[in-house]
Amino acid sequence: MIRALFAGLAALLLAGPVLAEVKVQQVTSPGGFHAWLVEEHALPFTALEIRFRGGTSLDRPGKRGETRLMAALIEEGAGDLDAQAFAEAREALAAEFSFDAWDDALSVSARFLTENRDASVALLKSALTQTRFDQDALDRVRGQVISIIQQDAKSPNRIATQEFDRLAFGDHPYGSSRNGTVETVSDLTREDMFEAQDRIMARDRMVIAAVGDITASELGTLLDSLLGPLPEMGAIIPPPAEFQLQPGISVIDYASPQSVVLFGQQGIKREDPDFFAAFVLDQIVGGQGFASRLMEEVREKRGLTYGIGTYLAPMDLAETWQGSFASANEKVAEAIAVVRDEWAKVAVEGVSEAELAAAKTYLTGSYPLRFDGNGPIADILAGMQLDGLPVDYLVNRNAYVEAVTAQDVKRVAARLMDAGALRFVVVGQPQGLQATE
Amino acid sequence: MAFNLRWATLALALAFPAHADEVTTFQLSNGLDIVVIEDHRAPVVVQMVWYRAGAADEARGVSGVAHFLEHLMFKGTEKLAPGEFSKTVEANGGSDNAFTSWDYTAYYQRVAADRLALMMEMEADRMRNLLLSEDDWRTEREVIIEERNQRTDSDPSALFSEQRRAAQYLNHPYGTPVIGWRHEMEALTRQNALDWYRKYYAPNNATLVVAGDVQPEAVRAMAETYYGPLAPSPEIVERDRVKEPPQLAERRLSYSDPRVSQPVLLRTYLAPERDAGAQEKAAALTMLAALLGGSSQTSVLGRKLLFETKEAIQVGAFYDGTSLDDTTFGFYVVPAEGVTLAQAETALDDTIASFLETGVDAAQFARIKAQIHADQIYARDDTEGLARQYGEALTTGLTVKDVQDWPATLDAVTEADVLAAAREVLDRRHAVTGWLMRDGQEETMQ
Repeated sequence: MIRALFAGLAALLLAGPVLAEVKVQQVTSPGGFHAWLVEEHALPFTALEIRFRGGTSLDRPGKRGETRLMAALIEEGAGDLDAQAFAEAREALAAEFSFDAWDDALSVSARFLTENRDASVALLKSALTQTRFDQDALDRVRGQVISIIQQDAKSPNRIATQEFDRLAFGDHPYGSSRNGTVETVSDLTREDMFEAQDRIMARDRMVIAAVGDITASELGTLLDSLLGPLPEMGAIIPPPAEFQLQPGISVIDYASPQSVVLFGQQGIKREDPDFFAAFVLDQIVGGQGFASRLMEEVREKRGLTYGIGTYLAPMDLAETWQGSFASANEKVAEAIAVVRDEWAKVAVEGVSEAELAAAKTYLTGSYPLRFDGNGPIADILAGMQLDGLPVDYLVNRNAYVEAVTAQDVKRVAARLMDAGALRFVVVGQPQGLQATE
Repeated sequence: MAFNLRWATLALALAFPAHADEVTTFQLSNGLDIVVIEDHRAPVVVQMVWYRAGAADEARGVSGVAHFLEHLMFKGTEKLAPGEFSKTVEANGGSDNAFTSWDYTAYYQRVAADRLALMMEMEADRMRNLLLSEDDWRTEREVIIEERNQRTDSDPSALFSEQRRAAQYLNHPYGTPVIGWRHEMEALTRQNALDWYRKYYAPNNATLVVAGDVQPEAVRAMAETYYGPLAPSPEIVERDRVKEPPQLAERRLSYSDPRVSQPVLLRTYLAPERDAGAQEKAAALTMLAALLGGSSQTSVLGRKLLFETKEAIQVGAFYDGTSLDDTTFGFYVVPAEGVTLAQAETALDDTIASFLETGVDAAQFARIKAQIHADQIYARDDTEGLARQYGEALTTGLTVKDVQDWPATLDAVTEADVLAAAREVLDRRHAVTGWLMRDGQEETMQ
């Protein structure tokens, strides 16, 4: 009786009326895998989300791009099946698998029907634990990656991102494109792929979330079978990145009617006691929707852009506060001046009670709206675990937002926002704008 | 294959409806059509209002006015100040936006289910009571020009697509970009926008879709309260646009731009769309696109050009039959390093010819049918997606029954149907072939 072996399921959580349906069970499988589960039997399928910490930051020196190329190859042949036979098997089951890697994590996202769950999971298991990394698949996908790298080199948005990251993080993996360069990717070998896989896909850095038509005991059995063969330990995650961004304006010449602008400064850690105040502040300055200060000043009042937004990026090894927009070359200098002015103004004055109230009702009201499907819920639960948040965060999160006062916002604005520290990276042919170096 | 080249965002659309028993439809006496899709898993609702008016309904010379008005719909009424609509949605924890296509313009809000009445009150208000101040419309015209800068003029593949469409349609307005031609956008006026608004924005030219944690009877009562009093417009008539003449001669275009890093071959054929009560040919073309270019690993083009000859690094086929008038069926090929566009085009044509000779692979056909079956389940996990399917269908000449019949129509397609549709549509005399090239590395088109 597998059911009897379960270590005990956490209490059901009720997060107010709106989250009443998201009942998270904390499951420990007989083999020791921990997972968060939401049973939802209305539709006969399950969404499964597995993430491994470390992401592309685990790329070895000189092998930039190895984690992403490896992730792209997971479904390009496994066990007895070459890339085409694997795809045929997956399509016949109508299962969907996707693999991605970014700075801090590698993700495995799957959804499969209840009617053929065992066969789907067996196929996914072969992909995760018996990846072939055939030379012809490696060469084929490498060609696609190199094409993307070459396209990035001519994309104003990507040029701006890469320059911003380089200025902020230098030689740390955060400072360069996770796709690697044409040179590094060209040199990657099959052996590198096996090595890159072992460095990240290990039991010591994994989080798991499942949502759908599956019980706790069924999930336990599934996880033991699927993940049992993974190695115990992966590679050491690199140390925090030094934040090196200097104030000023960079201009990269690019022939286009419009300039793309990325701007930012240092951000705030997820664990910081002021994080929620900063989160509310960001919403007011440049967050979601049409109501932010910057949307009002740059788009609505002056028509200088189609859209402008900011976000806090508390990553595992560094934290930034960034924003972006695009403006016609003849207008971009004015738009940058407006952004600077608003940044300086909020740092000194804080925000109004009305702005604070509107941001809080938006943030608290929109939170439950995210939980609207098996896939999205699995995604949120996996993200929470990566951030080290407890299950009861689901219940308490809105209270953390509610607790932020105008005084908190003012204090955090004064502490964090520094118009003089902002760096603007401009890609285009801006008129009347002087680069600082 | 987890990497998608940017070019490959042209998606293959296999759209699936909700189960019939979760969908309720009715009409108010002023002509407003209403579709309610129930999904009680989460206390969320999406309200969408779809107008049967899009860029292809614009008069000549005012291209972009449908989209311009879409922006101006957020500028207020007697009851709401400019910008207050979105601010109110956001202050209620919701999100809102709008989109314009050739056949429709749609507005939506996603909110907690208990805020639906407020959303209806505001959406009904702006259906008939829009106000436009002098300052607001001028600033917003700058915003849409920045939008064109961002979406089109900064992106050579978008410019290329715009040129390709213009070449595809000699007479039909599908050849004009939704965002508008720049010189016409710059001349748009408040009066242009108001003329458009008064002509098309009325309950008898709209479909309301409400999807989520709602009861149909409650939606009906609420809709009667807010939309019910709105007067219908006597000007609304069935859309009957100019027809595209038969295409007799192949059209070819080439475009080079210093911002292109990756040459691309694009081919589109004029193709029939889904029609009410007659979706069979569109279903066969949807299956054809899946067979020829749906999967990198297992499609006919993927097997041949990515695996066997390695002449390409990306290939695909696309067809979207949800369109009021004639649509297109297309292919794209991203050639491998050292392969010319001329070689890529020959490879594409040879592969199509050989498919027409050898016919459909039965195992591949069965796998696609299995995915169609599964997608009906997966689609029900995305209520907002379902709402979009109904809204799009009902503003492109289809009925609720057509939407609900679609999976069965796809399932009934035979191998012979696919081949017949392929022979009819894949004729280069009815096609536009485009080459997107790097500046300074142009090939001569034959």
